[in-house]
Amino acid sequence: MADENILSDDLLRQLISVGEVDIVVGLATHNNAKTAGHVAQMIRAGLLQYFPRQRAVVLNVDAGSRDGTRELVQAAAIGDVRDPMAAQSLRTMRCISVRQPDGRSRGLQAIVESGELLRARACAILSPESSVTPDWIDRLLRPIYSGDFDFISPIYRRNAFDGILITNLLYPVIRALYSQKLREPHPSDFSFSGKFGTHLAGLDLWRREFGAVGSEICFTAAAIAGGFRIQQTFLGPRGHVEHQSADLVPAMQETLGALFWSLDQDFAVWSNGDGTKAVPTIGPDYELTVEPVRVNRKRLFQMFSSAVPNLEPVLRSILTPETHEELRRCVGAREETCHFSDELWAKTVYEFAASNHRNVISRNHIIQALAPLYRGRVHTFLAQNRGASENQVEETIEKLCKTFEMLKPHLLELWTKQEGGS
Amino acid sequence: MWNMIVSELGQAAHELAQELARFLPRLLVMLIIALLGWLAASVARMILRRALRLVGFDRLSQNAGATQLLTQAALPSSSELLCQLIFWVTWIGFILAGLSALGLVGLEELISRFLLFLPRLLAAVLILFAGMLASSFFSRGALLAAVNANLPSPRLLSYSVRVVILFLTISMAFEVIGVAEQTILVAFAIVFGASMLSLAIAFGMGGRDLARQFLQNRLSRKEETTEKEEDELSPL
Repeated sequence: MADENILSDDLLRQLISVGEVDIVVGLATHNNAKTAGHVAQMIRAGLLQYFPRQRAVVLNVDAGSRDGTRELVQAAAIGDVRDPMAAQSLRTMRCISVRQPDGRSRGLQAIVESGELLRARACAILSPESSVTPDWIDRLLRPIYSGDFDFISPIYRRNAFDGILITNLLYPVIRALYSQKLREPHPSDFSFSGKFGTHLAGLDLWRREFGAVGSEICFTAAAIAGGFRIQQTFLGPRGHVEHQSADLVPAMQETLGALFWSLDQDFAVWSNGDGTKAVPTIGPDYELTVEPVRVNRKRLFQMFSSAVPNLEPVLRSILTPETHEELRRCVGAREETCHFSDELWAKTVYEFAASNHRNVISRNHIIQALAPLYRGRVHTFLAQNRGASENQVEETIEKLCKTFEMLKPHLLELWTKQEGGS
Repeated sequence: MWNMIVSELGQAAHELAQELARFLPRLLVMLIIALLGWLAASVARMILRRALRLVGFDRLSQNAGATQLLTQAALPSSSELLCQLIFWVTWIGFILAGLSALGLVGLEELISRFLLFLPRLLAAVLILFAGMLASSFFSRGALLAAVNANLPSPRLLSYSVRVVILFLTISMAFEVIGVAEQTILVAFAIVFGASMLSLAIAFGMGGRDLARQFLQNRLSRKEETTEKEEDELSPL
C-alpha cells in the first residue's frame, strides 16, 4: 500500500487524473537542464516506438531545479503533435512534473509509490544524465512488461578505470555475499515490475540517513534477497554522469551506507548463500574500453600513505590487529613498490562492514575512514592495469571477486562472533 | 559538701541518661533511614542499569567514543559510572536526611546547603560527560574530514578541536557548581583568545604562500580546471 504522505496533493491530483496505466517511466532531476530535455525526448520516442498500445506516463520528480529543468522535461515529453510517430500511437502519453524538494531518495520513493498507485505493470527509472536512446526503453521495459522478470539491471560500456568503486568494492561484495553476478549493483537506469514496486514501497530504507542521496543499491539487494527474478541488459555507453564524479566521500556514503544497511537487513539471506550464480543477461556480460584516463596517482598514494598513520586510533577500533599491521606495512613501502593486495583489500572491506554492523564508532565516520584506504586500492589497481588490455583488466576484477568470495567466512566469523558477544 | 557533690553528679548522670534516651531513638531513626536509603539506592541502581542496558547506552557511548576515553582513564563503562553516581547521590541524600533527624545544632543548615548543591553537582557531571562525548565525536570528525581533504597536520587539528571542547566543558561545569567561576572564565578567555591570535599570526606569517595559492586557485578558473582534470576519476 502506498504511503500517501510522500505523495504531495499536487502529485496525487495529477495521478488521479491519469488513472491506471501500464507503464511508468520516472525521471528524478535536479539542475539537469543540459541533459534532461534530451533524455525526456528519448523516453517519449522509445515509448511511442515500442509501446504504442500501452497506457504510459512519464513522471518527472524534480528536487528544486533552478535552471528550468522541469520546463525542459515537460516540453520534451509532451512533444510535437505533428510528430508522425505520435500520430501512430494508439494511446495518449501523459507527462507529470512535480517538485519534491527533499532530495533524490524522496524522488525515487515518489516514483515507486506513484507506480504502485497507478497499478503500473512495469516501471523504469532513468538517470537524467545518461546517454539514453529509444531502444533503452524497450530493453528495460519489455522483459518486465512481458512478465518474465521483476528487476532489470543495466550493463554499460565503460572505461576500465571508470567506476572503480563499483568494480573494486560494490560488485565484488554483492557477488560474494548475495551470490549473484550483477555488474551494476548501483544502477542509474533500471526497471521493475509492479510486484517488486509494491515490495520496495514497503521497505524501511526510505527513512534511512543515506536515503537523502540515493538508495539504488538497496533496490538491487532487495531484489536478490526477496527472490525476485532478475535480468541484466546491455544498454551501451553510460554517458558522463556529473554529480557522481564530484566527490569520493559523498559517493561512498551514498553507496556503502546503503550497502551496509542492506547487509544488516539481509544477514539471514547472505549468510546462507553459497556459490555464485550467473544472472540472465541480454547482450555482453561486460564491455570495457581502455582509453587512458588522467589520474594523479602520486596524489592518491600520498593521501593513502599519510592517512594510515594519521587515522591510527580510528583504524584500530575498526580493523583487526593483523589487518591494521598489514596496512601499516603497505604504506611503509615506496610508491613504486606499494601493493594493496586483493586479499588485504577484501579483509579491510569486510572488517569495515562488520564494524559498521557492530556500531564501533559513528557509522558515518566508519565510511569516511574507508575513503583514504580506497584511494590506496585505486592506486594499486591503476598500477596493476597500466597498459593492460580490456580482457586483462576483466581478469583482474574476476580475481578480486574470487578473493572476496574466498574470504566470506572471515566476514561471517567476525559478524557471528560479534552477535554472540553482544 | 560531699552530699552536694554526689547530688550534682547524680543529677548530671540523670540528665546525661535522659539526653542519651532522647538521642538513641534519633540515632536509631538515622540508621534506619540510612539503611532504607541504601536499599532505595540499590534498587534505583538496579533499575537504571537494566534501563540503560535496554536502550543500549553502552553502545551509544561507544559510538560517541566515550568508552575509549573512560578506558584510557581506567574508569568503568559509562553505564556503570552513571549507575554508581545515582547510587551514591541517592544514598548520600538519605544519609543527610537521617542526619537532620538527629537535630544537631548547625548541622541542618549545612545539610540543606549540601542538598541544594547536589542538583548542581549532578548537572556538572552530566555536562562533563556530554562534553567528553562531544569532544571525542567532533575531534574524530575533524580528523576524518581533514584527512579526506588532504589538509596538513590533521591530528593537530583534531587534537585542537578536542582540547577546545574539553576546556569549554570544564569551564561550564565549574561555572555550574560555582567553583572559581571568574578564574575559570578568565583563564578560558585568555587561552582561547591566545590560541586564536597565535593561529592568526601563524597563518599571516607562515601561510602567506598558501593563502596566495588558495586565492589564485579560487579566482583563476584556468588553474582550477587543471587541478580538477588531474583528479577526474569517477568512483561510480
